Amino acid sequence: MTKSEAVSWYRIQEMFRFQAFHMFGIIGTAVTLGVVGVALIKKFRIRDYQGNPIVFSPKEKSVARYLIGGSIFGLGWALSGACPGPMVVNIGYGYWAMAIVFFFAIVGTYFYGLIKHKLPH
Amino acid sequence: MIAAIMFFLLFFGQSFGFSSNLRTICAAAGLAKSAKIFDFNWKSQMWNLVFLVGAILGGFISREFLSTDAPVLISEATIQDLSKMGIAAPDALQPAELFGLDAVLSLKGFLVLAFGGLMVGFGSRYAGGCTSGHAISGLSDLQIQSLIAVAGFFIGGLLMTYFVLPLIF
Repeated sequence: MTKSEAVSWYRIQEMFRFQAFHMFGIIGTAVTLGVVGVALIKKFRIRDYQGNPIVFSPKEKSVARYLIGGSIFGLGWALSGACPGPMVVNIGYGYWAMAIVFFFAIVGTYFYGLIKHKLPH
Repeated sequence: MIAAIMFFLLFFGQSFGFSSNLRTICAAAGLAKSAKIFDFNWKSQMWNLVFLVGAILGGFISREFLSTDAPVLISEATIQDLSKMGIAAPDALQPAELFGLDAVLSLKGFLVLAFGGLMVGFGSRYAGGCTSGHAISGLSDLQIQSLIAVAGFFIGGLLMTYFVLPLIF
């Protein structure tokens, strides 16, 4: 992740300004390989190491939840330049300030848990 | 590489989604009393926490052994746009304007990091996933919900980039 610079605030800014192919290339490559792989798993009913079928749990059907939740996530992503995974990679890299972001991400998740029943889903 | 990790996790009967860890940490912290969504057996998610620790170690290893510490080579257009907000061209992986000690110790800098984190944490749980869960895992399974979520990521991201960031910086 560090090598691909996907953990860099600069790269996220560049992505949201559509000024380079870089991030789209990374995500696009992962998704393209992912689509092919998932299709193969389904077609050949590939099993996991314990012999259980690999099931893909469909996400709950809703529009509001994904659109609103996704937009809030996007606001945070563009501001802090990191989604949850890259946050901890950055902490390991030595950017201690990212620990503040990660801590507040936990607080944000908790806050969602508190007011979940009041939100449109 | 990212796709390889996803298949590796699927093979071991799990699924790839990082923001679940935020929920797991809340559960492990004993917050289940105040909110139902944290009432689950968080120990079953231990593998993902191990993944989190691995990601921290990965960050450390990449700096110690793999890093050339070269500035991030973003496009000229981005450098221009950022300089208008007073953010200098990259000289490392992350901008000191956000993550440097001076920034963190200022009220504005701290609030930027805190609100960024709050929105990521709140939004990812509300949307039921983050970049790894929706953009990578969900889109790989061609799930329309994930496409909506990713559209949301960009709605929020573009609003922040073009309207909010210029107000802050």
